[in-house]
Amino acid sequence: MSDQLLAPLIALGKGAPVIETIGGITICENPDFAIASIAVRNGREKDIQTSLLPVIGRDLPGPGRAVLAGETSAIWIGSGQWFLLAPLGTHPDYACELKDILTDTASVTEQTDGWVVFDITGHNLIPLLERLCDLNSKTLTAGDATRCLIEHLGCLIICRESGRNFTLLGPRSSAVSLHHTLVTAAHSVA
Amino acid sequence: MSQKNRLNGGLIDRGDPLDFTFDGKSYTGYSGDTLASALLANDFRLMGRSFKYHRPRGVFTAGSEEPNALVELRSGARREPNTRATVAELYDGLDSRSQNRFPSLRFDLQAINDRLSTFLSAGFYYKTFMWPAAFWEKVYEPFIRRAAGLGRLSMEEDPDNYDKGFLHCDLLIIGAGPCGLAAALTAGRAGAEIILADEDFLMGGRLLAERSLFSDQDNSEWAAKVISELRSLPNVRLMTRTTVFGQYDHGVFGAAERVSDHIAVPAPHKPRQILWRIYTKRALLAAGATERPIAFDNNDRPGIMLAGALRAYANRWAVTVAKDVVVFTNNDDGHRTARDLKAKGVNIAALVDCRADAPLSNDFEILRGAEVIDSSGRLGLKSVKVRLEDRSVREIACGAIGIAGGWNPNVHLTCHKRGRPVWNADISAFVSAPNDDPALRGAGAAAGIFSTHGALQSGIKSSVEALNDLGMTATPPPLPEAEDTPIKIAPFWHVKDSKCRAWLDLQNDVTIKDIKLAHQEGFKSVEHVKRYTTLGMATDQGKTANIGALAILAELEGKSIPDVGTTIFRPPYTPVTIGAFAGRSRGKEFRPYRLTPSHKWAEEQGAIFVEAGSWLRAQWFPIEGETHWRQSVDREVIAVRNSVGICDVTTLGKIDVQGSDAAEFLNHIYCNGFAKLPVGKTHYGLMLREDGFAMDDGTTARLAEDHFVVTTTTANAVSVFRHMEFCRQCLWPGLDVQLISTTEAWAQFAVAGPDSRKLLQKIIDPTHDISNEAFPYMACGKITVCGGLRARLFRISFSGELAFEIAVPTRYGDALIRRLIEMGKEYDVAPYGTEALGVLRVEKGHAAGNELNGQSTAAMLGMARMVSQNKDSIGRVLAARPYLQREDDHRLIGLAPVDSKQTILAGAHLMNKGDTATAVNDQGWVTSAAYSPHVGSSIGLAFLKKGDQRLGEVIRMTSPLDGIDIDVTVTSPHFIDPEGERLRV
Repeated sequence: MSDQLLAPLIALGKGAPVIETIGGITICENPDFAIASIAVRNGREKDIQTSLLPVIGRDLPGPGRAVLAGETSAIWIGSGQWFLLAPLGTHPDYACELKDILTDTASVTEQTDGWVVFDITGHNLIPLLERLCDLNSKTLTAGDATRCLIEHLGCLIICRESGRNFTLLGPRSSAVSLHHTLVTAAHSVA
Repeated sequence: MSQKNRLNGGLIDRGDPLDFTFDGKSYTGYSGDTLASALLANDFRLMGRSFKYHRPRGVFTAGSEEPNALVELRSGARREPNTRATVAELYDGLDSRSQNRFPSLRFDLQAINDRLSTFLSAGFYYKTFMWPAAFWEKVYEPFIRRAAGLGRLSMEEDPDNYDKGFLHCDLLIIGAGPCGLAAALTAGRAGAEIILADEDFLMGGRLLAERSLFSDQDNSEWAAKVISELRSLPNVRLMTRTTVFGQYDHGVFGAAERVSDHIAVPAPHKPRQILWRIYTKRALLAAGATERPIAFDNNDRPGIMLAGALRAYANRWAVTVAKDVVVFTNNDDGHRTARDLKAKGVNIAALVDCRADAPLSNDFEILRGAEVIDSSGRLGLKSVKVRLEDRSVREIACGAIGIAGGWNPNVHLTCHKRGRPVWNADISAFVSAPNDDPALRGAGAAAGIFSTHGALQSGIKSSVEALNDLGMTATPPPLPEAEDTPIKIAPFWHVKDSKCRAWLDLQNDVTIKDIKLAHQEGFKSVEHVKRYTTLGMATDQGKTANIGALAILAELEGKSIPDVGTTIFRPPYTPVTIGAFAGRSRGKEFRPYRLTPSHKWAEEQGAIFVEAGSWLRAQWFPIEGETHWRQSVDREVIAVRNSVGICDVTTLGKIDVQGSDAAEFLNHIYCNGFAKLPVGKTHYGLMLREDGFAMDDGTTARLAEDHFVVTTTTANAVSVFRHMEFCRQCLWPGLDVQLISTTEAWAQFAVAGPDSRKLLQKIIDPTHDISNEAFPYMACGKITVCGGLRARLFRISFSGELAFEIAVPTRYGDALIRRLIEMGKEYDVAPYGTEALGVLRVEKGHAAGNELNGQSTAAMLGMARMVSQNKDSIGRVLAARPYLQREDDHRLIGLAPVDSKQTILAGAHLMNKGDTATAVNDQGWVTSAAYSPHVGSSIGLAFLKKGDQRLGEVIRMTSPLDGIDIDVTVTSPHFIDPEGERLRV
């Protein structure tokens, strides 16, 4: 039998996360998020808030918003649905961990490897975002989070600091295509 | 010949001379020139040849409406044909050429067409190239293509990058002339988010082309001051070289920004052009107006142009087209041209005004009530004939003539959503219908307000109104004292009693005679006339041509111009290069692709990939010595049948279904029962559409009482998820069920073959018993592998062998396949691709996309009894329609050739022996075919009428297209292990 641990391979398939700095823009693959989706069970809206209060320190966010509470982030992704993000190192089986907390108040699904995560930082990212998606990126402030379409790919964008710091989640299987788009657009505006 | 036509003044930078070439010879212009202005400065009037007759042509306008001066720019892969010289910004080293001529611009052999013009009238192609039909493609089309056309494509890949983007604003102002600038100043100072876009490289519009518009200051300096202030406002985005080319639904506008067209080669990584999608709450069309000509005989010679353009070249670019100029007008604006040219030292040979009461001047001769009736000069205008008021004819020598027929407001964008312009008799022109679209207001000349004062005021008023719509207030800014001349125009479209040809559409060589002929031949609708004569087509879309043709049609029909109506305005306003529409989507990156977790490993193995949807899947894995794909595929199939094979099946859709009503939900979604599926078990499910036809199939695993994982076919992953989400939200919103896609989160591998269990036991942690007793066929469960990694195991089989599917978090997929291959060496494990996967499932008789093509019912698939009548599920009722239940419907069967050397062909049709191969005798069709190493021959799956009752019958498989007609035996679709014993060991 094989008890030698399996080595993970990150989404872009390189040995280490890919970091590109283009002009004043840095695009950094971040494989260190544990991600789980939660969806409220019928009639358990209050219970889910109560259960998660110790985790995120406040109510779950409403449409278009995220709660960025320390190491944990909660992002509204649909009616009664949220993504929770936490460091993978300390939350290796995050869905299981959350299910223990939420019990039958919510459906929990592991999403960690469903997504590639890019942290995008720079002094002014508006010109870059204008090339990528149809969001009115100038109006995004810290805590805004929304679905958006980038080059036909359904993505999720989280604003951590207006115009300067965003986290982008895209479908993992298309990580290479999405990265190409980000880098091409960054070169175009840099 | 060094810029001999250059005048004093202008908005060019004489300190920045630019060298350029035209037809291989070098010339000099200045920064601020267009190619057209630079060529005119260098005494070029002849710039091209016409489309059909190869008539010598020169520049006709000073803007994007140019029909004539089409040139090729650059060389090599960057060669760009059909560029209007009037909008090509001059840069140092610009390489330009005339086009559509042979051997040279001055001597063009194809000018013979002009002599044959009698035969080349409207509808020439339709009338001439009618027969024989065999000649259409082989003779006529090549001939026409050689003779017609303008510039040449390089036929090389475009080396430049293009980009796209999305912008948002409160107010989009289209056009930065006096009206647009006043509007932008108003809204900009009020703090609104605005975008001011102009197609020119300098903002200012006619403020740059005119003089003395303001009594208290210079108009171009005022424009520069306003632009400077706007540039300082953070809420204002100025976009020069940007054409807003179309209006679309919901406040969306398309714009093309020419980022690098004014330099020889774009900077590294920088786009040449950007296609913008602009979302705006309100828009202002301040696109100005286009001057229109008056048609007279031989009105197409180089040197004959619009009067406003002559004025623009003199005022903005400090260029005169010739030393002696005639102006031909029907309105006061023509007089402005004559005055401006005179002020620049150009000789006005005469001003010909068709109005008997035209104003007089002391500065030049004015011929009242007169008309220009003809011109002469082979390669450039030498003289015009003028019919004076007393009907006598006078010939006047001149090198240029400026025609002033009035101005047409540029209403195009207001009509892109099928708005129709209305006629304004005061200016004899179409204007946009008032209040047609409150989101897009016309203003200034675009709304028919032609005086500068009117344009400024209109810009402010429209801007304030637009902001008021948005709940914002704005204070009108102080404005300069501007001219406010009333419009005095006498409609005059063409000179009557034409003796030869008078051109309406210069770009398409359409004359008054052509319009008359089209009308005579029954083409009376303006849309028909357009298509029959080609009027208003091509790059200029008839901006200077259409109104004249409408006037002729109106005369012929005895109607007014508005009763004749216009053709429909469609985007783009001016040509947009295909590269801009493609943007970043080109080559390998044309669209995003999806890679499986084992992709990197598969690449290392030399796998051959195939596109499956947007996935790249390994099709087969050739090994050393294999020279044909069949060798690889047969080997992979045999490995699965005899030992063990591994296939990446991550691409199958995985939908997580949870909730206390999850089982009931699935009972509705699938036609077969799911409510009683025990936890730890997997079940095959068939999903029907509402109309009773099969939609998709797959297995569903119950991981907990309230937790299922549904798998879908790769191709239908998205559509099935969308369908389920619709059902959840709209059909049964009361059910407690939650859905989310989890396709990408898990790397899933099929491990199939008699040795699959033994192989898996080597990696699955020993606490998990996967013996046949503990983990029987269709079992599923959560396990751990390789020392504690969480995983899922499903005992399901697509191949018909003892088989499992194992899933781990995606990031471990690469390591897992490497480990499985390593551990499987002792069993001669083989990775297998989609080809072997296909062969295995055809041998087993499993339906896939070829059989589930949207036209198959459960009964056809042999699954009629699976449609449970004990519960309500989507498709149950309509699947029971008598027609879908008929006895003689098609049934899924297997096929084997009578002669085992023959090949079954997917798509071939089935006939009874003795029948002729016609549609009426059709018995069915082959859906899938493969070579089966197990059977030792080609085999197939097919839908055959009453197929289930015809096992053993010999019929015919025919494909008249391929010349195939062979005997085949009808068999069970299960070529291997029909009892399913291999699955259960």
